[in-house]
Amino acid sequence: MLDITCLGKTFEATAGAAHRALDGITLSVGQHEIVSLVGTSGSGKSTLLRIVSGLEAPSSGRVSLDGRAVEGPTPEVGMVFQEPRLMPWLSVRENVRLALLDLPKQEQEARIAEALDDVGLSRFAEAYPRQLSGGMAQRTAIARALVRRPSFLLLDEPFSALDSFTRQKLQQHLLALWERSRFTLVFVTHDVLEAVTLSDRILVMRGHPGRIHREIRVDLPRPRARTAPEVRALEEEIVAALDLT
Amino acid sequence: MAIEETERRVTLGWRETAAKAAVFSTLRLKGLLLPLGLLLAWEATSRLELIPAYLLPAPGEVFGELAALWRSGDLFDHILITGWRVALGFAVGAAAATVLGALTGSSRLLRELLDPTIQALKAVPSLAWVPLFILWFGIFETSKVLLIAVGVFFPIYLNLVTGILGTDRKLVEVAKVCGLSQLDLVRRVLVPATLPSYLTGLRAGLALGWMFVIAAELMGASEGLGFLMIDGQMTGRPAVIIGALILFALAGKLSDALIEAVSKRLLSWQDGYGETQETPNA
Repeated sequence: MLDITCLGKTFEATAGAAHRALDGITLSVGQHEIVSLVGTSGSGKSTLLRIVSGLEAPSSGRVSLDGRAVEGPTPEVGMVFQEPRLMPWLSVRENVRLALLDLPKQEQEARIAEALDDVGLSRFAEAYPRQLSGGMAQRTAIARALVRRPSFLLLDEPFSALDSFTRQKLQQHLLALWERSRFTLVFVTHDVLEAVTLSDRILVMRGHPGRIHREIRVDLPRPRARTAPEVRALEEEIVAALDLT
Repeated sequence: MAIEETERRVTLGWRETAAKAAVFSTLRLKGLLLPLGLLLAWEATSRLELIPAYLLPAPGEVFGELAALWRSGDLFDHILITGWRVALGFAVGAAAATVLGALTGSSRLLRELLDPTIQALKAVPSLAWVPLFILWFGIFETSKVLLIAVGVFFPIYLNLVTGILGTDRKLVEVAKVCGLSQLDLVRRVLVPATLPSYLTGLRAGLALGWMFVIAAELMGASEGLGFLMIDGQMTGRPAVIIGALILFALAGKLSDALIEAVSKRLLSWQDGYGETQETPNA
């Protein structure tokens, strides 16, 4: 269970002018739920995710995971960034190992093998990042985030740099992993259709500072076809809520 | 996902390494073309007596002089002492630069305390230390080694600090999210990320080491390649001067090739332009 109460974030700019990124965010995400944050750029979606991951400290309000306040990154929370962020000097195997360094060696090997198998990269364990395609690199990043078996997986526009075919494959893949592993999934996206096909709940964020403008529940059975009329209707509703004009 | 496609790329990568090795050896040979051409031109110049022999002796005379020096055992001693001075000065300078660079690179406080002074010292032309070093340490080995160490220090220090500060913040964030300990952060992220820049510093430092050993030996020495040059000048033997020059070029190139070979091994993960172009002196 993720609880966010009255969260605010203000960045102190060097010139003295402070930039308010988030204001009055209150939000709960239940176990095994998939929640997406959709919003115009600058609405603070990524900042919100970074605060939940413990990479950024809030200026006001509080964030707790299963009742414990977030004070920094923890193994409970896996994070996938917009870019794969692999260490170019480490093989796929060693990149995934980074999340496991405090575990016994044998356990590390077993978990790496399992995680690479989950994302279909077993045959590329010894490959280096420069040899991977964009989709494979991002799957390595997902393996690195999941290998620790976190209860929460945060994804910051994880598929935005991929071509649409690879993106859809990875979305399905992620759903399959989620159905099996029971983690709570919170992700930021620009892709409204992606939000509708994956999420239980969509939070539309808007404005400077960013606030939650609308909350939309998606009660459609999975898998959801991208072309289904219900999906299209929701997509239009969200685009309207974003008020892109 | 186009797994087959990527698999092909991966195996291709391995095949490329073999092809690269072949390309590399021919490039090495190409690098010899210019010196050989110059040697021929030089030989021709002396055969045609375009330049008087007391200014530019024939190649044969230069190599003969070197061979004579080698047979007497003197040349080996000169090379050995010069190499030893460079090695020692390089070790001292590199060690100091590595420790100080690591400190100022990783701690903002130390950077603010130390870096301005180090930058100011950098502005002093290194040869300007000579009088002081001679006054403090005499004209023997200590002052020479220290002068070389000063020359070696700055490029290594600057490159190391630049490398540490230039480490991708995004990768450091990954380390935080993964819960890496401070030691693992240094070992698995900061050191490899800094390595390319550090190795560039080592190469530049070594080049300066060879430069400064001459300065040190010109300022007063009884052995060494620099002394050999002075001796050749005093006794009017241009063959000796040119011979020593050639030996300096060879020694510098050899030691540089050593660092380059080590760099190539350590940085094989890099995905740079030079990797595909295979420039032998990138």
